[in-house]
Amino acid sequence: MSRVCFEGVTKRFGDVVAVDDLRLEVADREFLVLVGPSGCGKTTVLRLVAGLDEPDAGLIHIGDRLVNGVEPKDRDVAMVFQSYALYPHMTVRRNMEFPLRTRRVPKEERARLVGEAAETLGLVDLLGRRPSQLSGGQRQRVALGRAIVRRPAVFLMDEPLSNLDAKLRAQTRAELIELHRRLQTTVLYVTHDQVEAMTMGSRIAVMDRGALQQVGRPQEVYERPANVFVAQFIGSPPTNLVRGSVEREGETLVVRVPGGVVPLTPDRAAVVSERSLAEVLVGVRPEHLAVDAGPVAATVRVVVSLGHERQGVFALDDGQLVVARMATDGPGLREGARVQLMARPEHVHLFDPATGTRLG
Amino acid sequence: MMDATGGTPTAREAAYRRHGLFSRARVREWLYGLALLSPSFALFAVFTFYPLVKGAYLGLYRSDPFGLHRVFIGFDQYLHVLRSGGFQSSLGVTFWFAVYTVPAGLVLGLALALLAHQRLRGMIIYRAVFSSTLASSVAVASVMWLTLLNPSVGILNYGLRESGVGAIQWLNDPRWALLAVSLTTTWLNLSFTFIVLLAGLQTIPEQMYESAKIDGAGAWSRFRNVTLPMLSPTIFFSLVVLTIRAFESFGQIDILTQGGPLKRTNVIVYSIYTEAFKNFNEGVAAAQAIFLFLIILVLTLVQFRFLERRVFYGS
Amino acid sequence: MARRVVPAIRPAGSRRRVLVRVGQYALLTLAAALILVPVYFSVVDSLLPPEKIFAYPPALWITHPQWDTYRRAFETGSLGRYLVNSFAVSAVITAGQVFTSILAAYAFAFLRFPLRNFLFLVFLTTLMVPAEVTIIPNYHTVATLGWLDSYQGLTVPFLATAFGTFLLRQAFLTVPRDLRDAAAIDGYGHLGFVWRVVVPLSRPVIASLAVFSFLMAWNQYLWPLLITNSDEYRTVQIGLKTLVSQNLDQFNVVMAGTVVAAIPMFLLLVLFQRHLVRGLTAGAIKG
Ligand SMILES: Nc1ncnc2c1ncn2[C@@H]1O[C@H](COP(=O)(O)OP(=O)(O)OP(=O)(O)O)[C@@H](O)[C@H]1O
Ligand SMILES: [Mg+2]
Repeated sequence: MSRVCFEGVTKRFGDVVAVDDLRLEVADREFLVLVGPSGCGKTTVLRLVAGLDEPDAGLIHIGDRLVNGVEPKDRDVAMVFQSYALYPHMTVRRNMEFPLRTRRVPKEERARLVGEAAETLGLVDLLGRRPSQLSGGQRQRVALGRAIVRRPAVFLMDEPLSNLDAKLRAQTRAELIELHRRLQTTVLYVTHDQVEAMTMGSRIAVMDRGALQQVGRPQEVYERPANVFVAQFIGSPPTNLVRGSVEREGETLVVRVPGGVVPLTPDRAAVVSERSLAEVLVGVRPEHLAVDAGPVAATVRVVVSLGHERQGVFALDDGQLVVARMATDGPGLREGARVQLMARPEHVHLFDPATGTRLG
Repeated sequence: MMDATGGTPTAREAAYRRHGLFSRARVREWLYGLALLSPSFALFAVFTFYPLVKGAYLGLYRSDPFGLHRVFIGFDQYLHVLRSGGFQSSLGVTFWFAVYTVPAGLVLGLALALLAHQRLRGMIIYRAVFSSTLASSVAVASVMWLTLLNPSVGILNYGLRESGVGAIQWLNDPRWALLAVSLTTTWLNLSFTFIVLLAGLQTIPEQMYESAKIDGAGAWSRFRNVTLPMLSPTIFFSLVVLTIRAFESFGQIDILTQGGPLKRTNVIVYSIYTEAFKNFNEGVAAAQAIFLFLIILVLTLVQFRFLERRVFYGS
Repeated sequence: MARRVVPAIRPAGSRRRVLVRVGQYALLTLAAALILVPVYFSVVDSLLPPEKIFAYPPALWITHPQWDTYRRAFETGSLGRYLVNSFAVSAVITAGQVFTSILAAYAFAFLRFPLRNFLFLVFLTTLMVPAEVTIIPNYHTVATLGWLDSYQGLTVPFLATAFGTFLLRQAFLTVPRDLRDAAAIDGYGHLGFVWRVVVPLSRPVIASLAVFSFLMAWNQYLWPLLITNSDEYRTVQIGLKTLVSQNLDQFNVVMAGTVVAAIPMFLLLVLFQRHLVRGLTAGAIKG
């Protein structure tokens, strides 16, 4: 049993609340990705689990054990640092052996464990080298190796891929998922890269300014962002947000935005009318915005091709810009041309303009 | 699950707070820090701070010639020492000793450093030779110079005689003794100044010289406008260190002149030494030591002002 | 590749350049010769036969080296004993200073605790109190402890060094904090981390401190002069003084003793010049 459980965990550094009343449970053997912008407190969460920092309030359990006040070495966790934190004066072998030495693992056993880990990570030929003689990707794997030799209950990984180039990052991402499948250990993985979060996590937890915003399966978070922040943070380019006023149109409710009206699904309309809101924030992802006989008029500003797709920037009647992702083989769009935008009602997210939380 | 440890989360949390579990790590780190500092700290306390205070205290007393009884004199003793001809002459001697050794040491050290800064074949040997006086202690240097300065068979007087100048009683002539001691000291300090200044020269980027050259600066102009300004912090450092050393000098005096002739080489530390351990005038010696401390304190503060950024905030 | 023979075109200034080069070497050699004068004559004098030592004109070079003087230098005084004492005392002081500085520097560089900066300042202030200032009370202290004429008396007062602490603190500050965190998770306490990570990573600076401490300890003069009375504990510096005062009539023997006393530090300089330079220039120059 190696779940990790946070109960109301808070950590302050002076005036900064790095982690604010975190309530979260990472299930046993889960690969949970903690994602959020720089400075939102992700690293601090990992350090709290590792015991490198102590929370100002709240409880942390690893498995069934309360670990507040327990020394890092007694927590049965391993951490992969963003900087890798390899010991520069030791060979790869010594680096990987290091956590075993102090735990009095006999020599043959150590050699076996290091050998296995090196095998797993393809480091066998590099065991005699020093970190300075390795490439970035190799160093990253040594850092992983040092973490896995110990067979810890929980892996903590702090942006382990951020120092790799794009190609290596994609490849290592796949390897990490595979590694997790094989080791079946709980992983708490930190990144600020939402693509990484979407592709790797069995669940993702989105943080902003110390506070947890939403936890769920990647698809869930993508389809039903809990608030404006999540809607904009997850997905690229970010979700278009337009303020609109709620109007009754016959039987149903619609939202009037500059250049037209957006229809609502009956259940969303129900929530809006229940709250008797006069204004809402309308969110539509760029990939869900179609340039097609829709209800909202706009003007083409720029269209760029990325090779596999096109992205268009459109101005609404009041000058607000929205972005749409389109297929490359669609009709050509001239700058300044008038178009009609549309989105399917189930792809329209509504948010409370006062709190930013999701409606419906 | 929750009940395994008992109570609601907040209640348990409060319990941990009460028992200081959250801050226990911090307390432990504090104790650890103090433990690591304690060996150094204990030694400093016993052999630096305590004796400093004790020395100031001793300076308030006068002991009889047999060192048996102590009579309380008070701060008057400090005033008395300050006004005494003996101490003033010691101060003067030390001052002149610094005047003889510091500028000469700097100029010679800089000359050597400039000579050795060039890229020439075999330079490593010259550098080794220029660094070699570092290998001799005060005692070694003094004994070596003792023979060189020997009035009858010393090489120096041999040279002077042969060139018609005539012999000089280097260590016995009141007019020459301090100069002779200074000569020895300058030689002894040479390698230190050389090494420090050469290292300073080596940190001046080559491009600065190149751009000066392109601007048409000659060798002298490059020295004036690039080398000296860039080297000035290092020169200043050497200056202060050499001055402090001058005020702390003792060994060369003890071996070459024992403060003589006519106390013309009776530098402060030698004076402290004779008053305390030869004349058993401990109170007077202690008061002199406090004055020496004040002088060196000022010099060190000057040095710290310059080092501040480097010592405190890393490079 | 075929090499084209380029006709040697002598630039106009080449003659001048050769002259400058010759001048540079001449100056360098002259300076070196002047610096070596005391050493040269010490060696010459140490090899003189007894009847020649007061001859005039003085010997300018060695004609019949008398290696015997060196044997006599060891026999007349207790030169061997002095050397052993100096070695022992310097080694203990060096080890002690390196040890206490590592501990203190680690506390200052890696631990967070109240009063840390204040205590650092207290360490700093010891640099303003030279040993010459405190000899009288220290003499009493050591006498009270019964440490006159003993190795304790020669070493214990010098086992801590603020300078060394600064030097090492500077070096330790360059060790990434992440390594401390990684080591904590890997199961190492502070001492394990110091010993297995910080010290190996700072080896060059520690070596500098060690060489520097050894040199300083070896060259001490005033303190050992004060507290040693017998040949049993005298260091070689004080031994030299004794040798001089007791053998004024045989200065070839004195010079032999001097040369012997200088050799260990000369070797230290040759072997560890790089480290020594770092120690000497710490503070003077960045880096
Ligand atoms: N030791 C510390 N002292 C003071 N403030 C700190 C400390 N560690 C973190 N903080 C602050 O806490 C907040 C959270 O920092 P944290 O390192 O957890 O962010 P992060 O999400 O990991 O960011 P990044 O993606 O840039 O690594 C930041 O505002 C940071 O400045
Ligand atoms: Mg971080």
